[in-house]
Order: sequence, then structure tokens, then C-alpha cells
Amino acid sequence: MIHKEAFSDPARERRIFARRLIFSMFIMLVMGLTLISRYVDLQVNQFQDFATDSDNNRVHVRPAAPTRGVIYDRNGEILADNRPTSNLSIIRERADDLDQLINKVGSLITLTDNDITRFYSRLKRRKPFEPTPLKLNLTEKEQAILAVNQHILDGTKISARLTRFYPKRDLFTHVVGYVGRINDRESKIINPINYSGTDSIGKIGIEKFYEESLLGEVGSDNVETNARGRVMRVIDHVSPVAGNDLTLHLDSRLQQVAYEAFSGERGSLVAIEIETGGVLAMVSAPSYDANPFVSGISQKDYDALLNSADKPMFNRSIRGQYPPGSTIKPLFGLIGLQSQSITTETKIEDPGYFLMEGIERPWRDHNSERGGHGKGVDLAKAIIESCDVFFYKMGVKIGIDTLATSSQAFGLGKKTNIDLPGERSGIMPSRLWKKNARGASWFDGDTINVSIGQGFMLTTPLQLAVMTASIASRGDLIQPQIVKSINGVENPTIKVTESSEISDKYWNYIHESMRDVVHSNRGTARGINKGLTYNIAGKTGTAQVISINASDEYDRSKISERQWDHALFVAFAPAEDPKIAVALIVENGEHGSSAAAPIARTVIDTYIKSAMSKNDAQNLTATNASYLNSLQGYDAYAEQ
Amino acid sequence: MQNNDFVRRMQSPGGDRKKSGSTHIDFPLLILLLALCTLGLMVLYSAGDQNLAYVKRQATFMVLGFIIMFVVAQFEVRYWEKWAFVFYGLGLLSLIAVLFFGVGAKGAQRWLDVGFSRLQPAEFMKVAVPLMLASYLSKRFIPPTLKHISWAMVMIMIPAVLIMRQPDLGTALLIFVSGFLTLFLAGLGVRYLIGTFLTGIAAVPVMWNFVLLDYQKQRILTLLSPEKDKLGSGWNIVQSKTAIGSGGINGKGWTEGTQSQLNFLPESHTDFIIAVLAEEFGLIGVLTLLALYTLVIARCLFISLKAQSQFGRLLAGSLGLIFFIYVFVNMGMVSGILPVVGAPLPMISYGGTAILTLFIGFGLLMAISTEPNRMRTNL
Repeated sequence: MIHKEAFSDPARERRIFARRLIFSMFIMLVMGLTLISRYVDLQVNQFQDFATDSDNNRVHVRPAAPTRGVIYDRNGEILADNRPTSNLSIIRERADDLDQLINKVGSLITLTDNDITRFYSRLKRRKPFEPTPLKLNLTEKEQAILAVNQHILDGTKISARLTRFYPKRDLFTHVVGYVGRINDRESKIINPINYSGTDSIGKIGIEKFYEESLLGEVGSDNVETNARGRVMRVIDHVSPVAGNDLTLHLDSRLQQVAYEAFSGERGSLVAIEIETGGVLAMVSAPSYDANPFVSGISQKDYDALLNSADKPMFNRSIRGQYPPGSTIKPLFGLIGLQSQSITTETKIEDPGYFLMEGIERPWRDHNSERGGHGKGVDLAKAIIESCDVFFYKMGVKIGIDTLATSSQAFGLGKKTNIDLPGERSGIMPSRLWKKNARGASWFDGDTINVSIGQGFMLTTPLQLAVMTASIASRGDLIQPQIVKSINGVENPTIKVTESSEISDKYWNYIHESMRDVVHSNRGTARGINKGLTYNIAGKTGTAQVISINASDEYDRSKISERQWDHALFVAFAPAEDPKIAVALIVENGEHGSSAAAPIARTVIDTYIKSAMSKNDAQNLTATNASYLNSLQGYDAYAEQ
Repeated sequence: MQNNDFVRRMQSPGGDRKKSGSTHIDFPLLILLLALCTLGLMVLYSAGDQNLAYVKRQATFMVLGFIIMFVVAQFEVRYWEKWAFVFYGLGLLSLIAVLFFGVGAKGAQRWLDVGFSRLQPAEFMKVAVPLMLASYLSKRFIPPTLKHISWAMVMIMIPAVLIMRQPDLGTALLIFVSGFLTLFLAGLGVRYLIGTFLTGIAAVPVMWNFVLLDYQKQRILTLLSPEKDKLGSGWNIVQSKTAIGSGGINGKGWTEGTQSQLNFLPESHTDFIIAVLAEEFGLIGVLTLLALYTLVIARCLFISLKAQSQFGRLLAGSLGLIFFIYVFVNMGMVSGILPVVGAPLPMISYGGTAILTLFIGFGLLMAISTEPNRMRTNL
């Protein structure tokens, strides 16, 4: 205390303090005047600008939605584009009594419950003064009625906007997909700026896979509006950049023919252009119209689609996993030859069943009605007549390890990486797979089942098409692609593996056997060779839906239709210079030869004909001189 | 020394006070505060979508504030001087508690949940720091020596750093400024002032690279060019400027502001409430409010000049100056001349802790202001 007292000088303290305070007051004066001048500047000098801004604030920056890229097929036919539609919207802030207004609108035009529930759910997520759509796609009559009654409908607004439209309705829904309203989950992952002018996003198919490319870049309008929301002046404008146009490998006519060929059956077809891997047709039947999804499908319609026993919303082409059945035989025969488990000279005797050492139950030959294919069955005959016993024996000899590894080189058991979302990988079973998936070790019996494309083995129709294309091109594995070019820039062909080292001798043998499946008298698909002017190489297949005891006969009358066998067919053509590969399945179609092969024939015919008409003739005939001549008779066939 | 002893002895009988009728209230300040509170509640009613809930809650805090102010004012100034470190210490403890038990919003932990309400300890430090510094410095050499300045800086930096950790850079800076102002009034040497100024400039790149979080940098960038991102981070400031500017001289009328009523204006009942006032009452309203503030500050400074002790002088002066800083920072940021930091408008913005803190401050000012009465009655 003494210490403090000794140096304390109240007068000096007071003097210093007063000086500091006066200095502070001066600084405060300057700062205070700055503040006042700022407010005077805002409220007096810039009053007019801000008053206008405020009065018309409602919309002073408006995002300008980019036009979504158009999707064309390979011939320039439009598969998805944008059509102007008129919508009735309500601006909440301008409507006095919302319920009353909606009632008034409802008394003038038809409003469904769906319209109203959708309106209220959108209302919750709007920005201030953002028009919320109430009724989409107004007809001209409705527009006229609303225009006449505009004076009693304060707060409503009729606006034109571009809406996605799919002119082919249900034809391409599984491939092209559709756009729909951005949901909560999507709104968390998208860039909100880029979607500020857009309320829809690709949900499935190409629309989803190429969303970024199709979307384009948002622009903005800086606009002045009057008190009623009418735009008076655009102050500045940043143009949106339209999305990229996509051209697909798909051929509308081929797709149409293929889809119609299913004529109500359930199933899937994939056709691939062998050289590029381009998908020419991809059908999953039944399909459904994509357009209702754009504006928001009603719950009732959606439930109907969802609960239909035919599963129309299931994309069978890339998500349907089926046992390949006998369609796998050419590939496995090739693997047998290459692994030298058999030779082209190997012959067996087929008594109609196969007995495995130590197993009492025999494996039946499914494709033999009369007690087996008899003596002297070689690989060619086993493919042509689809002899199971040959493959049982060969399969055991090759062993599952070689079967599994070699099959993977043809794209089985893994995704093809096609440019579509949601592809499934199928199953190419192996010892390791069984251990991981089933926790059990591999038995020879499993190999026997796999050797005719049954058992654990599953493939998608797309995989079968890729496999067939790969067999046709003598070992090239090409990644299938839907999109041919983006804004005119061609998508490069992606070769996954180069031609394998399998000798031409074996390739010729397999190709000839497959051709004879269609063209020889005993071929299982001989029913489709009538009037053919070129050669098709193919293989039929039947896949069990339910397991039947190996010794029991398959009796269709005992089981319901949904459990009938699936019918499969794979093919490529022309056999001598393959251009197109096709794989298809008809669910519960029972026989590949009668249910599936004719559809392939129709599709391949259409393709060959259209290829001819596009001056690709020289191209084709260069390798097959007699081919063009034979085509002269083609039209005659078509008319029969 | 003797004088002090004499006062202490004479004051002990409680009856003296009653006799004089003195309740230790500074009436000019009281009237100004009543006016500010009335104006604040009016604006708040309009800003909070004419929802009485906000007004009731705020009014409750104001009533509580007046009571606390009266209580604080009744204590002799030297008690506050003596016990300052206790309040400072409690403040620090609660700041540490916030780091561990705090509840928060928008990624920052700023509140302590005390059952009936949430408190913001950082707000209390706005009074506790000047109180502590005034108490510390008034007992030391004038002007303060390097050693004392260093200790004072430690007292400032501990809460400032704790608050920065919440993170709440705006309040941390205000705490720093409030402590610094006390030092300044205590006669901080000119070379230290220049030193601080230069350090501040040198600290800018360091702060930018190592201390500031992305959203804080964004706010500064937004200040420089709010038009760049009108729908994003620039939205607040574009909307508040529009609200202020469109108010014009006379304003749009109470509860008639389109910007605030239609929810264009964000945070309209808290930090951006001045925009509501400016929109609805125009420049006249703004100048009226500024006049009230000026009178409050003038009264504070007058009290400080008349104060009996160095402690009273320093405390009253600091509180007056920091009150001005709050007003300036808030009105500056809303009108777009300062970056957006979390700084409420004193007495007007919605927020219980801020209100209570301000009233504690005014209680202290009243205690200082009525100190001469106390002496007179005692003599």
C-alpha cells in the first residue's frame, strides 16, 4: 500500500485520463460520422435504387435453367427432348387465402388430389416469391379459362417452361431412363447453384448416368419486376449453357421390332454391334411409359407398376440374372478344346443320363426325349443337338478352376461396365466364390451343373450378348456402350482384352457348330432357317426356374406358368463375317428354339436389311460375295 | 488512506442511506435506458413476425436486467474493485465449461444450458474483462509499465483465445478491444500503441492463413464484393442493404417493412435488427436511435470524468467506449462497411445474456455515478 501511495498522483491520473478520453471522443466522432454518412448514403442517395430493389425484390436474381441435352438414336431419331408446356403456379406471398384460391382454381379446371398434395409438398421447399407449380401441362382450353378469370385469381401465374418428353413412350424407358423431381436425398449431393433453375434430375438409365453432361450450366437473369411480379426489365443476363446432346448406338427401328417381337411375353433382348460394342437394341419387356414420371406419377399408378407381377420397372437386361443354360455350351466347348481336355475327335456315347462315380443319382440329358443322343457324339454334335451328357463329362475333365478363369475372359461373372447405372455382375462360380458365398467347399456335382449353365451360374442378358460378340469376334472383349457420341464427339471403342490365343482351327470349329445349330437338319434352332438369305450362328438354351430332381421328368402340367423354364437364345450374324450379336431370354418361354430363336431371327433380319439399305452393302459383300445375291430374295421372304 | 478509513467507518450504519433518500440511481441514464428498451421491444415485435413470444421473453430479461442493475448500483464501487477478480474468474470458468459442456448451433459451441435458459458466457466477459483490467490497472503505476501491460495482456488474451476456440472470432475481437480500451484510458504509452497497431497489421496474414476458418474468410471476401454471390453468402448483406436503403428518410412504417416481413432479411430479430428499424422508421429512426446511443455514451463519459477513483474512471470510460464499439460494429456490418461477425445491437437485438450483461455494466456505471452522493450522505 505504501508502495502505491508513494507513486500515486491523482491529479496526473485524472489529466492523462481526460486527455485519452478527449482523443477517444474525437475518434468516436469520426467513426460516428462515417456511420451516419453510410446510412444517409443508403437511405437518401441510393433510396430510389433500393426502393425499387425492395419493391421488386421478389425476383432480382433469377436463375436461368439450361436446356437439357437432347438424346438421339443412331439415325437421329429423338428419344428424349424438351417440350414447352404451360403450368399454373401460385406465388404464396401474393395469394391472400391459399385454400380459397385453390378452391377457385379447382372450380375452373380439374385439379386432382395428386396435384394438390404435390403442390403442398413443393410449397414447403420453395424460396420466397418462387412460383410453386399447381397444375402442370395445361391444355389450351384450360389456359383460356384461366386467362379469362385472371382478375379473380390474384397470386396465380401461368408460365411456360421446358419439360422433358419421351416421344417413344415405353420403348426406351429402361435404357434412356427418365428425369424426375429432385428428392431430398439427391438435393443433398447436388451442387445447389447448378440446379437452381432446374427441379428435375436423371433418375435411371442414360438420363442418370450422363446427368452431368446432359444438364448444362445454369445462367442467371437480373430482373426488375413490378409489384404484380411481371418482369419489366432484364438488367443483366448470363446465358445458360445447354447440356450436351447424346447420340446413342441404339436403333429405334430395331428396338421397336425387338420389343414388339416379345408380343406380351416377359423377357429381355440385347443386340450389340460387334465391331464397336455399341448396343443396337436393349429391350426389357414389359416396359412402361416414362412420361408420367417427369411431372410426378400418381401414387396409384406408381403402386400399380410396382406391384405388377410382371415387374415392368425391373430392367431385366442389366439387372436380371438368369442361368445361361445351354447357351454357354459353345464357350465351354471352346474352353475344352483350348485346355486340351477334349479334341475335335473326342466322341462319347450318350445313354441319356450321366453317372458320377460315388453318386447314386444320375444327371439327366434334358434335350433327349428318346433315351440319349446315342453313340458317336462329338463336340459339334453336342452343340448342334445340345447334348448335356457330353458337357457333363467334359466339364468334370476341365475342372471348375479352368472353366471359371477362362470364362472371365469372356466377361462372365463381372460387370461389363456398360454406361448405365445399376448393372449386376452375375455369378461365375468358383471354389473361392462358393466358400465366400455359401461357406461350403466345391463338389464335382457343382461342376456338372455349371457345365450346362445351371447350378450356381448366373448371367445377365447383357453379359450373354457381350460373350456372344466376343465369340463372334474370335476373342475380342469389347465393353458395351449405349452412347455413341456426345455433342458429335465419338465415344472411343473400349477393348477390354485383345483376341485370345485360341487357334483359328478351334474358332472355325465352334463357329461352324453354332451355324449348324441354325442351318443343319438336326440343329435345335433349325426352325428359324426358313428363307434365310445369310447365315446365322446361334445356340439355344433352356434355364430351369425351379430345381427338379435330376431323375424326374420336367412336366409342365404339374407346375404353374411362372415356374416354367426360361427360353434363351444367343446368336451372331452373318456367321462368316459377324456384325451383330444378340442374346435374349423369354421368361417361362420353355424352349429356346421355339420361344426365343424366332425373336432373334426377326431382329437380325431387320438389322441386316437396314445395314444393306444404308450402302453398307459393299462392306458386307467384300468378304462374302455371294451374300449380296442371296439378299435379292430377302424382300420376297419378308412379304411371305 | 485516512480518508478511506473514515468513509468506511461512517458508512457502516445502514440507516444513513435511507435518511438521505438516495437509492444510487442515475436518473438520466435510467430514462435513456427505458427509452432504448421501449424502442427495442417495438422493433423486435415487428422483426419477430409480430410474434409476442419474442417480445415477452426479451421484456422478461429487461425487467430482470433492471433489477440486477439496481442491485449492482447499490454496492460501493470499492467492493467491485476488490471483487473484480472473482467475477473475472467465474467468467473464465464458465468459458472453459462451454468448451466441454456447451451446446451450440451452426457448428459453434457458445451456450451453457442452465435449465431455465441458455447463457452465453462470452457475453459476460464483455463486462468482466474491463472490470478486471480497471481493477488491476488502477492499483498500478500510471502510465502502466511493461510488466503491468504484459499482465494485463494475459488477462485479455485468456478469455479472447477461449472464445476464439468456440469459435466466435467476432466476440473474441470485441473482448480484446474492450480490454485494450481500458489499457488505453489508463495511459498506455504511445510507443505501445504504435507497437500494437503494427503487430495488428503483421498479424493479418498470419490470421488469414492459420487462424481464420473458411466461413470467416468467406465473410470478409463477401464484404469486399457482396454482389459476387447474391444467392449464396452475399445474400444477407445484399438484403440488409436493400432493407436499409428502401426505408428512405421516413421509413415504410411500423410492421410494414417488406424486406423483414417477407423474410428476405435473415437474422432479422438478432444481429440484423437495425435493418428492420432502418426499413420501417427510415433515416429518422436511425438518427433517433443514434441520438439515444450518443446520449447514453455521453452520460457514461461524463460519469467517468466525475468519478472519484481511478478505478471508477477507468471502468466507466471503458464501458462507455466499448458500448460505442458495439453500436459501431453492428451498424457497420449490417450496412456493409464491416465484415459480418456475430455482434448484437445493444439493447435492441434479441438475446438474454447480452441484455443482462449490458445492465450489469450500467449498474456499475450507476454505482460510480452515485459515489459522490454516497460520500456526501456519509459526511
